[in-house]
Amino acid sequence: MSVGHSVTSDHQLARLLQIGIVLEEVVEARAHYHYQSLAEEDRDLDDEIESLLEHAAEESAEHRTALEELIAGLEADSVPFEEIETLVEAQYGQTKPEDFDGILYDQLCNEETAYKFYDDLIKAIEDSDVEFSIDRPTLLSVLRDLRAAERDGVERVTTIMEERA
Amino acid sequence: MNTADQYLKAIYLIQQAEDGPAATGKLADRLDVSPASANEMIGKLESRGLAEHEKYKGVKLTDEGIVRARDALQTYCIIERFLANVLAVEEFRSEARELEAVIDGTVAERLDTIIERRPECPDCFDPEDDACACLEVTFEEETIAD
Repeated sequence: MSVGHSVTSDHQLARLLQIGIVLEEVVEARAHYHYQSLAEEDRDLDDEIESLLEHAAEESAEHRTALEELIAGLEADSVPFEEIETLVEAQYGQTKPEDFDGILYDQLCNEETAYKFYDDLIKAIEDSDVEFSIDRPTLLSVLRDLRAAERDGVERVTTIMEERA
Repeated sequence: MNTADQYLKAIYLIQQAEDGPAATGKLADRLDVSPASANEMIGKLESRGLAEHEKYKGVKLTDEGIVRARDALQTYCIIERFLANVLAVEEFRSEARELEAVIDGTVAERLDTIIERRPECPDCFDPEDDACACLEVTFEEETIAD
């Protein structure tokens, strides 16, 4: 066991980016199932939540692509994401929030978790003096953009929750 | 998981194995740090009310320290199980040790939603094996060519 917070190898970095992809998968699958869980009439009634969930799913797919591009530049194997997608969908298909408050709260947790993940990862890379196979400024720039998007997501959900309180 | 949590987890596991206080030397060995570093962190944990140091015996956790340590151990179990069962990582123990410092408890909780974890976790953790005793590792035979 080692004590410390830095990322010390390409392999470790790739693994962390893979975990980021799984988290994004979770957000995407979760948003998709929430959208499906809305009754037809509720979807008409609540454009705001529908648009929030659509945006969350689209954004997560974009984030996954960005993370995959980073992994492609590292000397590391990739992961069978089709299997992960199936697993995520299987698990999330079993649970549905009961109402709009549940959907919003869950979406908030998703965004906050992803924000925390990117924030910790950026700090761990900044604390490391290892030379990765990919350009460090590019790596940090991509991750900072993803973190900023998650922060915006948290604000977006929080605003909707406050308006409805 | 921050450094303090890693110490709490290590003290907890030694305490369980020894059925008594964790000797500073053993703690330092387990964490691969110097005894001086271990002593410094023990002092910090003491000042936060998470541990008590007994001269010539070692360190033991307070009730609050035990709660934090068990949370940290649970986070570690989630990471191990996630690596083994979702990402099919053969070296899941060593990778979990590398990753635990960077993976926060809230992130682990989200990963936990896509793994099957036993209700008895983290009590099923086996310190000798450094893994959950009921972790089913199925990829060993399947990924020989990996």
